[in-house]
Amino acid sequence: MSKRIEVRDLNVYYGKFKAVEDVNLTIEPRSVTAFIGPSGCGKSTFLRTINRMHEVIPGAYVEGEVLVDGNNLYGKGVDPVLVRRQVGMVFQRPNPFPTMSIADNVLAGVKLNNRRIAKSDAEALVEKSLRGANLWNEVKDRLDRPGSSLSGGQQQRLCIARAIAVEPEVILMDEPCSALDPISTLAIEDLIEELKTDYTIVIVTHNMQQASRVSDKTAFFNIAGTGMPGKLIEYDETATIFSNPAVKATEDYVSGKFG
Amino acid sequence: MTATLPPRAAADPQGAGPARVNSYTSGKLPRWAAPALTVACLMGAIAVVALLAAAGAIGEFSLVLAVILGTVSAIALITTISLIAEGRRAATNRFMIALVITAFVVALLPLVSVLSTVLVNGAPRFDLQFFTWSMRSVIGEGGGALHAIVGTLQITAWATLISVPIGLFAAIYLVEYGRGPLARAITFFVDVMTGIPSIVAGLFAYALFALIFGEGVRLGFAGSVALSVLMIPVVVRSSEEMLKLVPNELREAAYALGVPKWLTVVKVVLPTAAAGIITGITLAIARVIGETAPLLIVAGFTSSMNYNAFSERMQSLPVFVYTQYANPGTDVDVYLERAWAGALTLIIIVMALNLIARLITRLFQPKAGR
Ligand SMILES: Nc1ncnc2c1ncn2[C@@H]1O[C@H](COP(=O)(O)OP(=O)(O)OP(=O)(O)O)[C@@H](O)[C@H]1O
Ligand SMILES: [Mg+2]
Repeated sequence: MSKRIEVRDLNVYYGKFKAVEDVNLTIEPRSVTAFIGPSGCGKSTFLRTINRMHEVIPGAYVEGEVLVDGNNLYGKGVDPVLVRRQVGMVFQRPNPFPTMSIADNVLAGVKLNNRRIAKSDAEALVEKSLRGANLWNEVKDRLDRPGSSLSGGQQQRLCIARAIAVEPEVILMDEPCSALDPISTLAIEDLIEELKTDYTIVIVTHNMQQASRVSDKTAFFNIAGTGMPGKLIEYDETATIFSNPAVKATEDYVSGKFG
Repeated sequence: MTATLPPRAAADPQGAGPARVNSYTSGKLPRWAAPALTVACLMGAIAVVALLAAAGAIGEFSLVLAVILGTVSAIALITTISLIAEGRRAATNRFMIALVITAFVVALLPLVSVLSTVLVNGAPRFDLQFFTWSMRSVIGEGGGALHAIVGTLQITAWATLISVPIGLFAAIYLVEYGRGPLARAITFFVDVMTGIPSIVAGLFAYALFALIFGEGVRLGFAGSVALSVLMIPVVVRSSEEMLKLVPNELREAAYALGVPKWLTVVKVVLPTAAAGIITGITLAIARVIGETAPLLIVAGFTSSMNYNAFSERMQSLPVFVYTQYANPGTDVDVYLERAWAGALTLIIIVMALNLIARLITRLFQPKAGR
């Protein structure tokens, strides 16, 4: 189910603006990788190149290679739709579909693709995904209510349920817990721990404790100044990054001495 | 603010003991002050104008003059009193509120006046015969506008059928796919089309159908084509705005689930924007349903029933109103009454359309449910 991700010489652009420069890293299957770094250093931008969401923005493009199990995502003739079916994503801001009920939001990956699903299978999938996202108990009595009737944190967990319902091989999470309370955050972290046995997970976070709790490896990104591209500074085992980093900037950042 | 106070304190802030006065309300005019002053000013103005008229200073009594005088003096008085009692900020606020209310009333006046005039004049002939008869071999009294109602509904329906797909697809192209020179060109020509005089649209449709059927062609459907020339830019513009309102995050959410772009547009973007798009289409229909000039040219006028938009002349309500008014027989009043009744019918149809649009909007709107 899970896949190895290799990134080679990746430059990411918004039109003329180079947002991320020269990233090289390898993400092992069945692992959790955390991206940390100051705001605006290009974590989200880089994350979005791993499922070809970056090019959705007008004028945005990518140079270099991203290999998933050896297949270059940016090779000629690659269908981004197929890529995104294997590499799911949870966004920084919760974005449930306002026209759909809670249950339909979970089933969105199936229904929007016009795939048929038996009613009992659909119900089972909804329950499994919502339990997986630790939301089931809160919404089981109102599955037919609109998704936008939930609180911000509940909406985010609904989006996680929606992402795992399509059973991708890789899950990208862009600050999934930034809108959540500590209890839901712990639930998501436990969830990540469980998902790790099947999926490859990449998570962007501003929370150092979270990075050290959930991730096996950590990548530290930094930016030299405004208008400059973000760069991958250090990539290593999480324990090493937090206790004994090789680069001074990493040490300053994880110990809070930054800036 | 005053709502939480006991009534006495609200009406008379100074009179109550200091312990009972809410300090935030001190130095405030009571709530009824502004409305009361306005009423007083209006009455005063009417009295003054009446007196002047009686004294022979201004000729006849004029209600318009009285209302203008009363409004201006009310605004001035309220602002001055507020300035003295409440200070600059509150006075500015009251002045602006007064201006806004005045503008609102002024904007409403023509509407109310049109409605009441049409209602009063249209009512006498707004009867069963009006909706069951055509004007065939009717001279003088009686007769009806059934042929015109049927014509208007058919011509507008065909115009909608032509315009909505073209306009909606153009809007989808512009918002979801269009980049570069082609999109800019479409936007430019839509803007140009918005400004086309309706008579030109009529001449265009006539020229087009004359090429096919020869000179002197008159068709209901040709009228629909003329109307759709006027309708398409409105549909494009309003749908475009509504599609732009759909947050990009929703599109990205669908993409991230591996949904192809066209399915995202069909199943996420369009449903989310549906309420606004439908409202826009209804407004576009309301915009063209009262068009007279192009239909006069290309659909012609007739006093007989014609259920087929693809052959022969077709009467429509605006043209009906026009012909009744422009070519009265010997008994002018009968013709004028029919014209008014036709106008009333047209207004009712447009109102019904708006109501339907509101209903549909409510049905389709993304449910917030909070
Ligand atoms: N749509 C866009 N168009 C142009 N530039 C963009 C766009 N989105 C982001 N950028 C720029 O790219 C750089 C990286 O942004 P990015 O969103 O990846 O930062 P981030 O590391 O995720 O920050 P945060 O931690 O605040 O989410 C920033 O300089 C930002 O201004
Ligand atoms: Mg970000």
